[in-house]
Amino acid sequence: MHIMEGFLPAKHAIGWGVASAPFVGYGLYTVKKRIEEKPEQRMLLGVATAFTLVLSALKMPSVTGSCSHPTGTGLGAILFGPAAMAPIGLVVLLFQALLLAHGGLTTLGANIFSMAIVGPFASFAIYRLARMVKLPFGGCIFLAAALGDLLTYVTTSVQLALAFPDPAGGFAASFAKFAGIFAVTQVPLAISEGLLTVVVFNALKRFNPAELQDMKVVSAQEVQV
Amino acid sequence: MKNIILLIGVVVLMAFPLWLVQKTAPGPDGKEVEIFKGADDQAKEMISKVQPGYQPWFKPIMEPPSGEVETCLFAFQAALGAGFVGYWLGTARTRAKCENTTKKAA
Repeated sequence: MHIMEGFLPAKHAIGWGVASAPFVGYGLYTVKKRIEEKPEQRMLLGVATAFTLVLSALKMPSVTGSCSHPTGTGLGAILFGPAAMAPIGLVVLLFQALLLAHGGLTTLGANIFSMAIVGPFASFAIYRLARMVKLPFGGCIFLAAALGDLLTYVTTSVQLALAFPDPAGGFAASFAKFAGIFAVTQVPLAISEGLLTVVVFNALKRFNPAELQDMKVVSAQEVQV
Repeated sequence: MKNIILLIGVVVLMAFPLWLVQKTAPGPDGKEVEIFKGADDQAKEMISKVQPGYQPWFKPIMEPPSGEVETCLFAFQAALGAGFVGYWLGTARTRAKCENTTKKAA
């Protein structure tokens, strides 16, 4: 989902930057407030960040014969709310842009928007929806993490199609081309991310039941504190 | 046990493409066919196909001098994350164990 340095026209680069900035600002504010009120949740914030670091470093092979990586943002979005992931995503994307020439400074806004805003908001909404229709806990987590991952890559495809519409077929034809690279490759990886997120949540439920209940991720009946 | 099945699922999902996608014979120009390239790079190539005249207007400030250095940095990133997740699991497990023993003792 990394749009490479310089590969978005300046207008688009600035536009996505402007769109992402308020989310990062608001996210920082909510994270700061949360840690002041509940310092015991610092550890889990670390886990959410660490999970994103690991998963976005793992470039996995996919059925399309190319490699891509999961995002790991669903976990933190379910725990801390979607806004918290914007600053966390910024840290990870900045590390990769500066040291690895992966993504870039001019495309940072667009990359934050797909990975650290659309993905987490989708994960959060899907988790709440799945809970409302009373799916089992593991199923809710899996759907939220996997679909959030997939939608991140769909967003990247939209961003590239907007910037580079096909000369003949326009936006739609171009979107089909980029989605063919990103979204299709991502399907098995999204499933992997869903499974891994369920594993972490199983551990959280066992070891941090009080925090999960406090964060309103699970109800009191589901965990014994 | 449930977790182990989930983790096996992840390994299978990663191994299956390696088995499914096989290298095809080199084309008439004798060039080796590359497989499992990064999707990011493929998107870059697609941009030059859709809009052949496009020139990137900004270059990365720093690029890893070689593939080896890049691998090192990626491994560092993963190690940092996995290290912290492991630290949390370890402390959480020990804490749960200690709480259990105090409960039993009381």
